[in-house]
Amino acid sequence: MTAVAVPATRARARVVRPALVRLGTSVLVLWGAVTVAFAGLHLTPGNVVDLLIGSSTVTPEVRARIIADYGLDRPLPAQYAAYLGRVLHGDLGQSYQLHQSVASAIGEQVGSSVQLMLASFALAVVVSVTVAVLTAGRRWARAVFSAIELIGISIPSFWAGILLLTVFSFGLGIFPATGGDGPESLVLPSVAMAIPVIAMLTQVLREGLELTLEEPFVLTARSRGMSDLGVRLRHALRHALLPTVTLAGWLVSFLFGGAVIIESVFSRQGIGRLTLAAVGNKDLPVVMGVVLIASLLYVVINILLDLLYLAIDPRLRGA
Amino acid sequence: MTTSTLAAPAVVVGRGRRRRAPRAGVWAAAAFLLAVTVIAVAPGLVAHGSPDLTDAVAALRPPGGGHPLGTDANGRDMFTRIVYGTRPSVLAGLAATAIAVTGGTLVGLLAALGGRVLDEVAMRLVDILLSLPGLLLALLVIAIVGPGTLNAVFAIAAYTLPGYARLVRAQTMVIRRSGYVEAAVSLGLTRAGIITRHVLPNAFAPLLVVATIEVGTALVAASSLSFLGLGPKPPAPEWGAMLSAGRDYFSVAWWVAVFPGLAITLTVLSVTVVGRHLQRRVEGRLS
Repeated sequence: MTAVAVPATRARARVVRPALVRLGTSVLVLWGAVTVAFAGLHLTPGNVVDLLIGSSTVTPEVRARIIADYGLDRPLPAQYAAYLGRVLHGDLGQSYQLHQSVASAIGEQVGSSVQLMLASFALAVVVSVTVAVLTAGRRWARAVFSAIELIGISIPSFWAGILLLTVFSFGLGIFPATGGDGPESLVLPSVAMAIPVIAMLTQVLREGLELTLEEPFVLTARSRGMSDLGVRLRHALRHALLPTVTLAGWLVSFLFGGAVIIESVFSRQGIGRLTLAAVGNKDLPVVMGVVLIASLLYVVINILLDLLYLAIDPRLRGA
Repeated sequence: MTTSTLAAPAVVVGRGRRRRAPRAGVWAAAAFLLAVTVIAVAPGLVAHGSPDLTDAVAALRPPGGGHPLGTDANGRDMFTRIVYGTRPSVLAGLAATAIAVTGGTLVGLLAALGGRVLDEVAMRLVDILLSLPGLLLALLVIAIVGPGTLNAVFAIAAYTLPGYARLVRAQTMVIRRSGYVEAAVSLGLTRAGIITRHVLPNAFAPLLVVATIEVGTALVAASSLSFLGLGPKPPAPEWGAMLSAGRDYFSVAWWVAVFPGLAITLTVLSVTVVGRHLQRRVEGRLS
């Protein structure tokens, strides 16, 4: 009986422990982000109260009220503990400038940015999977597309956006130049944002595909009479997907940074523009709120990817 | 934990099956970078006249005639401005990378050689910083210290530093267990002597390669911040700032939108091509 039980426990330990380690690290990352945000606020040159008051003039009584409300008269560790507690309850604080809570300011803008991010991500996945599957291991197609990808990686996304605007809005008048809520206003921004993602993803996918296409099981599939495209789609693609998962962190980071730039170029609503305006106004709680949400998303996506790994690669399940 | 959150996504690519890049492309890129360097050092060699010379009569002239790349809304010659914009634009990327490499090397060495506690603390900090979006971190830094050329450079350095720290630490960990360091120890070399004479030079090659490629990324980041109005202020002839200042005229003057961006893209492209070539050579030598 013990002979059976031992491997079972060991197997469970092998699955459970990395999951716990990952969870612990995730908590650490979030805690670190909160700490960075808090440090950011208190490292600001100038008095926090003055920042809160901004350009308006107030009586000493009001000033004292603000200090008391924000707990700015308490020692720093107490303030830190209070801040941690509030963030844990989902309270990101009040915007200095917008006269509303950070959470509601972000909440109002997040939909538009999520649309943009999802649209460009979907576009990037479709295009790069297609290009990678069609060009992997094919000499000429590969050389041509590698050069295009190199340009795609090097081009700053704000300039890609400007070029798209110049050609398709100002030149041909096909798409609206600014703002708008309709689906046609989403096209150019998501293309601009997707360009670097397509370039990165295609490169990594193609390398994975080319490595996989040399595997013996591919030869087996071919000798069964499977078509080349069938081999690539049914056998090689799944293997090639694994290395792309390491891009996830870069992707989250890129999409958030990209939102700031692309929303500015196309004058779109969204958390990117909210962040940029907040940076200009020294509205730190808003900037910190966005940083915190981005790091939360990073953690959640990494946990989801761990689960996705199990789905893509059955070898990990029994291990 | 094996999350490979490399600050530099370019590092992920290029492993596995390797094809030699076309030599001509690498040479062309290197030649372009040489030209960029010369122009950055001595812009007066290529462009005559001042980049700030305005001419209300010649506003928004298309390319041609006395203005090969046209003029902007103030009638300033685009070509002259792009030439004079080379130095600040390239310097921002170089400076941010230099600061990040220096800082990252110090942190990485400290983590690798300073004992377990220091290592744990430094590396967890690096993990945290690497998991926050880079540009957002830069914006946070700018929200704190305010906009400006120098602040933008520091903001970029701040978020790229952790990647170098991780790289230097990993390299140092490998090198300190190597035979030649053991030999140096048994020969009685001092700790400082071993670090400067053995550890640093050997950790340097891979670091330099990554840094080369990352100069391109830093350049894009710097010009993005300028475009967002957080770097050099608009009258300055800097590529990102020029695009920012020209925003209202893109609909009527395509040349205002195209050429400064082309300068950025060609420079970054050349840096990437040369950097990846170096990367393949170094990896080829190490493996």
